[in-house]
Amino acid sequence: MTLLSIDWFFIIEKVLLISGVLVLSLVVAMYSTWGERKIAAWIQDRLGPNRAGPMGLLQPLADGGKLFFKEEIIPNTSNRFLFILGPSIAMLVACMTSAVIPWGDTLTIAGREISLQVADVNIGILFIFGVVSMGVYGIMLGGWASNNKYSLLASVRAASQIISYELPMGLALIALLMMTGSLSLKDIVEQQRHGLWNVVYQPLGFFIFLVCAFAECNRAPFDLPEAENELNGGYHLEYSSMKLGFFLFAEYINMFISSALMATMYFGGYAFPYMDKLGVDGNILTLLGFLALFIKTLGFIFFFMWVRWTVPRFRYDQLMRLGWKIMIPLALVNMLITGALVLARQH
Amino acid sequence: MQALTNRAKAVDRRPMTFMEKLYIPAIAKGMTITFKHIFHRKATVSFPEKKRDFSPVFRGLHILNRDEEGRERCTACGLCAVACPAEAITMEAAERKPGEENLYREEKYAARYEINMLRCIFCGFCEEACPKDAIYMSETFAPANYQRKGFIYGKDDLLIPDPKEGK
Repeated sequence: MTLLSIDWFFIIEKVLLISGVLVLSLVVAMYSTWGERKIAAWIQDRLGPNRAGPMGLLQPLADGGKLFFKEEIIPNTSNRFLFILGPSIAMLVACMTSAVIPWGDTLTIAGREISLQVADVNIGILFIFGVVSMGVYGIMLGGWASNNKYSLLASVRAASQIISYELPMGLALIALLMMTGSLSLKDIVEQQRHGLWNVVYQPLGFFIFLVCAFAECNRAPFDLPEAENELNGGYHLEYSSMKLGFFLFAEYINMFISSALMATMYFGGYAFPYMDKLGVDGNILTLLGFLALFIKTLGFIFFFMWVRWTVPRFRYDQLMRLGWKIMIPLALVNMLITGALVLARQH
Repeated sequence: MQALTNRAKAVDRRPMTFMEKLYIPAIAKGMTITFKHIFHRKATVSFPEKKRDFSPVFRGLHILNRDEEGRERCTACGLCAVACPAEAITMEAAERKPGEENLYREEKYAARYEINMLRCIFCGFCEEACPKDAIYMSETFAPANYQRKGFIYGKDDLLIPDPKEGK
């Protein structure tokens, strides 16, 4: 009978947490579009959106509303099922990654310890890699099912770009894992809480991870699959209405999640300096930690945007050369050095 | 070959050094520049709320002037039409009838006076040519219109209101 007894509090707790994380990533992604336009405008000495609501804060709602009411077009020659599956996978995968990120320490409510992490699996990083590499299916299926040569070419480019950059990303992470000795993101954060942030030990690894994150998120200067001002919209050429919105939105969610990941793995996650000497503990400290992670994440999102409006787009051969001839050897060297140092410390 | 001006600069075609090939310093430099621009004064004018001031010598829409007693100054001499390089001005003259002395200043007046604002180049020659100080250029510009004929401004558009009628 014990097998069948369900801990209802556990389920309610997790459902609340999942919806919280989901709402958080959706809202942040929504306002990233606003932030992106504002930052682009400021960098170019303009004002940016300022008509919808104060400071243009209702702009994302207006954009979303517009996308919902746009005519929904499914090309006659397309594969209907796969055509709809493409953006769905892109969106689903973008939302799934947030499950293993520790958004904070534990909250104690009514004697129950609630971890601010949806699932503390011991293969957290592996899970993220598995899910992220599924994201390329959304792009591939979307581009292929459109039955349009431009979409197909763009999705092939996107797929090869994402696969190429997953390698150095993984290699950079292996160096990190050799140091931490754990695949659980919670463990990695706890280690950084009591020591120095990982970016101090792994500056090169962080840099490689950062560059690869740009490529994985299809962000400038690696936004070749989309290249909105050169191609006809890339792999989402045939998409309209909210299906297009899903593709665009998934990009912003991916950006948010990868920012959170970088903050978690290299910049201490919810840990901040002197957090154990602050004199506060329990729930307040947890909330402060969540705030610290959120600020770090927003900082990375700003960095993403800042780079987008500074650096021009790479050419496709330059992109591939950077990936295979520079990033992978660099990551291997980084791995070698880390391995040597880890060995030397053990003896 | 001798350069036409001394502004020409020879292109540096030396192969890139290692530091240049890294690109990172150049990207960092670019990023500091864009970061500084975030705090620069913005060039945008929020139009309907704020309007940019015209320069004191701005030449806008024409007006036809009246004298102190509210009589039209224009005598339809046609000098403005002759001076107009874009041939935007047409007019028809008429003779003042007895009893109309309170309407027109001289014995001859313009029965019809039209300026095509699509042809006008706002050079101000009409203003200079006028011997009677009858035509002036104001500080507004022609508002948008749906039809071309809306841009042909007649006397009722151009003439300033009679100062006596307001009293």
